[in-house]
Amino acid sequence: MTTKKFLYVNRKAPYGTIYALESLEVVLIGAAFEQDVSVAFLDDGVFQLTKGQDTGEIGVKNFSPTFRALGDYDVTKLYVEAESLAERGLTKDDLQDIQYEDEDDDYAEKPSIIIVNRAEMADVMADQDVVLSF
Amino acid sequence: MSTLHTVNKSPFATQALLSCLNHCKDGDAVLMIEDGVYGGVSGTGMASMVEDKMKSVTLYVLSPDLSARGIDAARLIDGIQGTDYAGFVELVAKHDRTQNWL
Repeated sequence: MTTKKFLYVNRKAPYGTIYALESLEVVLIGAAFEQDVSVAFLDDGVFQLTKGQDTGEIGVKNFSPTFRALGDYDVTKLYVEAESLAERGLTKDDLQDIQYEDEDDDYAEKPSIIIVNRAEMADVMADQDVVLSF
Repeated sequence: MSTLHTVNKSPFATQALLSCLNHCKDGDAVLMIEDGVYGGVSGTGMASMVEDKMKSVTLYVLSPDLSARGIDAARLIDGIQGTDYAGFVELVAKHDRTQNWL
């Protein structure tokens, strides 16, 4: 089977709509097909990756810990747009520490989050075979 | 290698059009559909940004969505092209990928 480059684009905050959870579900499903998967977070999508989420009192599942499991499914490229963070008063330190084990480097732990500027994000998008938006 | 971008939200309700235009590459095409067609109207607060982007990107509106909203094609920003459903399909086929801005 030919490997294609898939990009999942996340532009919505996590709990106000179902988009973010659905995206994560599709990323996990897609991972089973052994494609070259990247995930992009821009605009309100950057809110999905913030630490300290606690949904206990709103009656919905806190799916943010799942992002830390993506590495086990070989989803290791999480592109986050710097301008989107800055516009929302966020820095990299507000995001979860998400790592993966690099099996080609003695299972060394490496960061999955890649901070890119807007022009670099446009380059990432233009480099894909398939772009799925949420 | 180029991308067809579609935008289906009014630029006055969400940042979808703004974000789309900010991530387009030269030679890409943007097709405004559904409420996205309001982004193609001249004289709005978004018009100057759209006009500026048209130097490097080709803009289209889906004419049936324009008609449905009672917008005469004469009110579109100069240079924006109307297309029908068959033209939509041709645009998808002509580009290397389609990216939807929801």
